[in-house]
Amino acid sequence: MKKQNIPTTPAQSDHNASGRSRTARHHMIVFGLIAAIIVIAPQFLYPVFVMKLLCFALFAMAFNLMLGFGGLFSFGHAAFFGGAAYAAGHAAKIWGWPPELAIAFAVLVAAVMGAAFGFLAIRSRGIYFAMVTLAFAQMMYFFALQSPITGGEDGLQSIPRNSLFGLIDMSSDKVFYWMVALIFMAGILFIYRVIHSPFGEVLKGIRENEQRMISLGYQVQRYKLVTFIISAALSGLAGGTKALVFHLASLVDTHWTMSGEVVLMSLIGGMGTIFGPIVGAGIVVAMQNYLANLGSLVLIVQGLVFIVCVLVFREGIVGVLAKWLKTRL
Amino acid sequence: MFELLGIPPQALFGQVLLGLINGSFYAVLSLGLAVIFGLLNIVNFAHGALYMMGAFVSWMLLTYVGISFWVALVVSPVIVGGIGMVIERTMLRPLHDLDHLYSLLLTFGTTLVISGLFQNFYGVSGKPYPIPAALTGVVNLGFMFLPIYRAFIILMAVIVCFSTWFLIERTRLGSYLRAATENPEMVGAFGINVPLLVTLTYGFGVALAAFAGVLAAPVYSVNPVMGNDIIIVVFAVIVVGGMGSIMGAILGGFGLGLVEGLTKVFYPEASTTIIFIIMALVLLLKPSGIFGREI
Repeated sequence: MKKQNIPTTPAQSDHNASGRSRTARHHMIVFGLIAAIIVIAPQFLYPVFVMKLLCFALFAMAFNLMLGFGGLFSFGHAAFFGGAAYAAGHAAKIWGWPPELAIAFAVLVAAVMGAAFGFLAIRSRGIYFAMVTLAFAQMMYFFALQSPITGGEDGLQSIPRNSLFGLIDMSSDKVFYWMVALIFMAGILFIYRVIHSPFGEVLKGIRENEQRMISLGYQVQRYKLVTFIISAALSGLAGGTKALVFHLASLVDTHWTMSGEVVLMSLIGGMGTIFGPIVGAGIVVAMQNYLANLGSLVLIVQGLVFIVCVLVFREGIVGVLAKWLKTRL
Repeated sequence: MFELLGIPPQALFGQVLLGLINGSFYAVLSLGLAVIFGLLNIVNFAHGALYMMGAFVSWMLLTYVGISFWVALVVSPVIVGGIGMVIERTMLRPLHDLDHLYSLLLTFGTTLVISGLFQNFYGVSGKPYPIPAALTGVVNLGFMFLPIYRAFIILMAVIVCFSTWFLIERTRLGSYLRAATENPEMVGAFGINVPLLVTLTYGFGVALAAFAGVLAAPVYSVNPVMGNDIIIVVFAVIVVGGMGSIMGAILGGFGLGLVEGLTKVFYPEASTTIIFIIMALVLLLKPSGIFGREI
């Protein structure tokens, strides 16, 4: 093969049990660190900012499940993120549903969209797949722009959080923070579980050599579709939560620039690493926050970061870190 | 006057004309993308931004230097094509042997930088560009009024599309190009400078985008976001027409523009999504596109 693939750790890098338990121990340490950071972060940072970060980190991890582990490059993940944001917003605002049901509904909507778009998109490959997913996301964007359900240009504003299980009032950011933190931890542990399941191993096999997996008798298309649906549903989890955090679901969530941002997060952090997208999301969200008052300079800076990462820093921060530490992260 | 399905003919022909004009832009843009994809195997995401740049350069030429539309029609594509060649030479070439994903991401980053720069200096409001004096006015065709400039757009698009098709499919240079698409190492071994051919091809594809931009300047307002949404429609056109197929890009562009125009007449709610719906149908029935080879 002449072409170098996306920099990823080989699928069967840990043959022996001790190696596996060693990397597994490292991963548990990282998860512990993440949990600790989440617990102490609101002492130092504005809770809404941290919640935003957690939503985007989950979104980026869901996206990277497809790209880094399935080799499926979707350029349309904003459709699931934004679609779910509208779904959660609608459920909470119009139907008055409690947050857990509103978010569950958002996940369901995103999963159904993922099934529909995925069913069509997996008929294409590689760069073609990216274009198809991008086009479907744009269709969703135009739908959101015109449909009365989504509120057009205004989006859905002042979405209430209501009460958890109808009991605990969630309107305070400090209280809601813990719910978002729980959703985030559950989400990333689930993604971790998927990556390290037999299903995940097959997925990596498809990424490395699709023809071989077909000849071994795997129903490759089904694996791709299921991955697409899982990734879409988790993006929906992130999007639905984000709508409740900001009380807002808007066109920005479905626009292709959002799809581009999630790619950038994975790229900066390291595509094909488990924890890279979290780091990438942190950097992109922080960058947007600090450059927000500079207007269109954000675009230029993001574009330049994109170019630099693609040209000289393709392994990403966590990818480089993992190399130094000689482990998989 | 006759009526068709309860639609007044003026409205129908008006939308057909608008559809053909949009189709002209789709055709020229997707043609440029197809040419680039054919030889470089990359999807040039920056195509929309370069189309915008083409329009802006012609506006700048008129505003700052007083250079007319007719000169800009040639000069602007040359300038933007030159910028494209620099991008290819400095940034795309090092990525040539990597996964094509990276070149898509690179051109995506370039898009952000270009539109960010123009937004920074010119804001997002549109700049008016006058229709050249020789092309103002309308012709009464009996069943409708045809603005001359709009007819000119369609005519120019058809000429450019046909010339490009002729250049690639019927000339010696085109045969080198097609050969280099099939097997660059072999063509290089025959003494053809393939890297130069690649740079020129990218520049040519970009120049086509800029040409579309110059044509668009008088009908749409010139603004930094004008290329943002059209590029994705053009991606859908390419999927429908068949990746890398010259004829598919041309016919797909005009055809889908026409369908979009007709949808505006019969079911306006779907007019922005119809192209994507057709794309979904094509994927369902013939995933390689109508004119595409099996992939």
